[in-house]
Amino acid sequence: MACVMPSIQNPPKIKAMGNLDIQNLKVSFHTREGIIHAVDGVDLSIKPGEIIGLVGESGSGKSVTCNSILQLLPTPPAQIEGGTIDWSGKDLLRQHDEKMRGIRGKEISMIFQDPMSCLNPYLSVLDQVAEPLVIHGMASPTNARKQACEMLARVGVQRVVDHPHAYPHEFSGGMRQRAMIAMALVTKPSLLLADEPTTALDVTVQAKVLNILKELCTDLGVSVLFVSHDLGLVAELADRVVVMYRGKVVEQNDTRSIFSNPQHPYVKALIACRPTLESNPVHLPTVEDFMNPKTGKCQALKKLESPSLNLDSQETLLEVQDLVVEFPTEDGPVRAVDGASLTIRKGSTHGLVGESGSGKTTLGRSILQLTKVNSGKILYQGNAISLENIQDRTRFRKSMQIIFQDPYASLNPRLTVEQALLEPMKVHGLGKSRKDRIDRVVKLLEEVGLGEEYLHRYPHEFSGGQRQRICVARALTTEPEFIVCDECVSAMDVSVQAQVLNLLRSLQASRNLTYLFISHDLGVVKFMSDEISVMQNGKIVENGLAEDLYRNPKSSYTRKLINSIPLANRSSDFGL
Amino acid sequence: MKKFVLSRVLQAIPTLWVIATLTFFMTRFAPGGPFDAEKAIPQEIKVKLESHFGLDRPLFDQYLLYLKNLLRGDLGPSFKYPGWEVSELIATAFPVSLTLGVLSLGIALLIGIPAGIIAALRKNTWLDYLPMSLSMAGICLPTFVLGPLLIYIFSTQLGLFPPLGWYGPADWVLPSFTLGLFYAAYVARLTRAGMLETLQQDYVRTARAKGASPWQVVTKHALRGGLLPVVTYLGPAFAGLISGSFIIESIFFIPGLGKFFVTAAFNRDYTMVLGTVLFYAALIILLNLLVDLLQAWLDPKARQAQ
Repeated sequence: MACVMPSIQNPPKIKAMGNLDIQNLKVSFHTREGIIHAVDGVDLSIKPGEIIGLVGESGSGKSVTCNSILQLLPTPPAQIEGGTIDWSGKDLLRQHDEKMRGIRGKEISMIFQDPMSCLNPYLSVLDQVAEPLVIHGMASPTNARKQACEMLARVGVQRVVDHPHAYPHEFSGGMRQRAMIAMALVTKPSLLLADEPTTALDVTVQAKVLNILKELCTDLGVSVLFVSHDLGLVAELADRVVVMYRGKVVEQNDTRSIFSNPQHPYVKALIACRPTLESNPVHLPTVEDFMNPKTGKCQALKKLESPSLNLDSQETLLEVQDLVVEFPTEDGPVRAVDGASLTIRKGSTHGLVGESGSGKTTLGRSILQLTKVNSGKILYQGNAISLENIQDRTRFRKSMQIIFQDPYASLNPRLTVEQALLEPMKVHGLGKSRKDRIDRVVKLLEEVGLGEEYLHRYPHEFSGGQRQRICVARALTTEPEFIVCDECVSAMDVSVQAQVLNLLRSLQASRNLTYLFISHDLGVVKFMSDEISVMQNGKIVENGLAEDLYRNPKSSYTRKLINSIPLANRSSDFGL
Repeated sequence: MKKFVLSRVLQAIPTLWVIATLTFFMTRFAPGGPFDAEKAIPQEIKVKLESHFGLDRPLFDQYLLYLKNLLRGDLGPSFKYPGWEVSELIATAFPVSLTLGVLSLGIALLIGIPAGIIAALRKNTWLDYLPMSLSMAGICLPTFVLGPLLIYIFSTQLGLFPPLGWYGPADWVLPSFTLGLFYAAYVARLTRAGMLETLQQDYVRTARAKGASPWQVVTKHALRGGLLPVVTYLGPAFAGLISGSFIIESIFFIPGLGKFFVTAAFNRDYTMVLGTVLFYAALIILLNLLVDLLQAWLDPKARQAQ
């Protein structure tokens, strides 16, 4: 009797180690408001050694897809409705808990978005990086620490090697994310799931971390599923891009083709609606323009050279001279703003870029006297603003407003839109009667693209973009001339960001507003601004006309900022 | 670390001084005195007694004298227990209260922490509802109801433990449980809340993504953070436990510190009130220091702050 070897019988069916194949994955969330189909029939496969970019905006289902691979979704409320996730011949959706634990961290690792909260604050970094080896019995605790040290040195976290008892709070966000990468790769897995791993980082830090991630994964032959909302970023890294929209995969193709020849209108929109450094549109196209070409304003697609403002003929509205702001800390005062000067002309937008901690937000707030100034002068229309004279201060505050980054936190959840918008008018005694004030509120709401029907709603009933519109309307209630926009689109998806930026631009044109536009995103700042100042460590290191600054950056820091931006985000043509 | 402990001990001195001063004058300004009884004692004997204890001297002189003695560690004689020093009375009663307190705390932690952890892990199942409703009952049920109830069941009906007295370990069981169950109820609720909070943290998800088993996730990653609120509560709770409970001592006839605490105030036994208050204050200060050290051991960020 000839003995038939089973391995000979079915070699084509055995899938190679490290081959992930998701078929028709359906995940829904059962909430009080009803069932949400977060992932609705997704097909996705990753071959060994491949780097796949999974792109979509918030709510598109990309993170849910990523988390269901390792079954890390909280159930309930999440529920896998159907499909298969095939990993080297095993269906991950039908594995027992114990089998799953053997795969997690050993065959498939994962890194998460927020390095600040993803490391255990109570355990030393070294122990946490070594832990996967110990859990999977791949090394003794001592040996695991040794291997962890090697991996940490490779990702550039030398500090842990020198100080084995260092805890997460002693590290910056970038360093923590490097430690997370070391932790995920220390077991040499076959697949790495990276869920927005650089979203919480500054652009220069992001560039470094991405480089490390890419190098290390190529070295170790690890395939990567890189989840991100940033199409440009993914282009830097991925061999193939998968775009998700409302729980479905709308397009997947190799990276070059996606950019040069996008098929689906949503993908076209994603590529177009992000302000890049090269383009100079007056208005940004929005997703709406692409999805409903009939109703959308297609003229927005035409690239128009922005009619450049003749800055020299404009009078100076605001001047900051040698401003110093210090914050007391345990180790003595820290200078958040260290002798910054800038001039803002009437009707123009002055952009302020810099990384977190550079002092740009503090500078914006001290102009409005929301932060105490240690020394230096702020001149508004030639008059010094000071905290001493309360009447003066109230008058200045009326003509200056601010829009904050987080529209969720900056609106009082217990005030209706009407109450929130009426308050500044009452404070400054604007409007003849209550009716007059309400009429103004309704007009403002219409101006920002909302309507009278929203008057009596509370902030939680609105989406992020709508809330920021309310914040814009609130800033306009006192008829200001000058508005500080402090990272006001940073927390938004690109499509929503485009709408809010367009709104700010059109309001500037119709009301002759002057903006100080603060952002860490050079592309957005350049789209908005006539002039740009670059800030580093509390100092203004460079300033000039927006176009000049990008074309011929003078300081090395500005060059570094520009070079850290993913190529595809510098020009919408992807250099093709 | 040494510097931290030393500075805290030094900080305790002015605190104790303020407490001593406030208590001294408050007791003195309260109407009545140690030798006022329902059956009045003859005037000449009262005068003699007052001069014996120095109560006839100007108030401020008495205060200075008290502080002087206090510095030497002398809490003075008791006015109501003739021939006894306050420190002697505390020294005889405190070991009893300490035993009762430690046992009760042990019971509170041994029952409360596991119950809280299980409730958090099995949130919204009967393993959550049952211990949490029991703990609610435990918090609502006063000790003077629970004590007699336990006596009735375990002593009168089952005859397992003596109903009162404080002679041997068998006597310890019922009072410790009466006191311990009440604290266990609080500890269980605090543990559950703390664990629910930590289990939601991103780093717990990271631990799961590493392949850690549920046991490893709980013991290594979630427990430390989850127990921090319990630890904060432990300091004052433990001080309350070991300084005696008047109600428990009265129900079970236990010669503990709580009785002195309450009767001294009624009797206007000035030195005894001051002595017990200062002792309690010093205990709280000491235990809060221990809690801070414990927190520092659990939480590296708190360690750095010190």
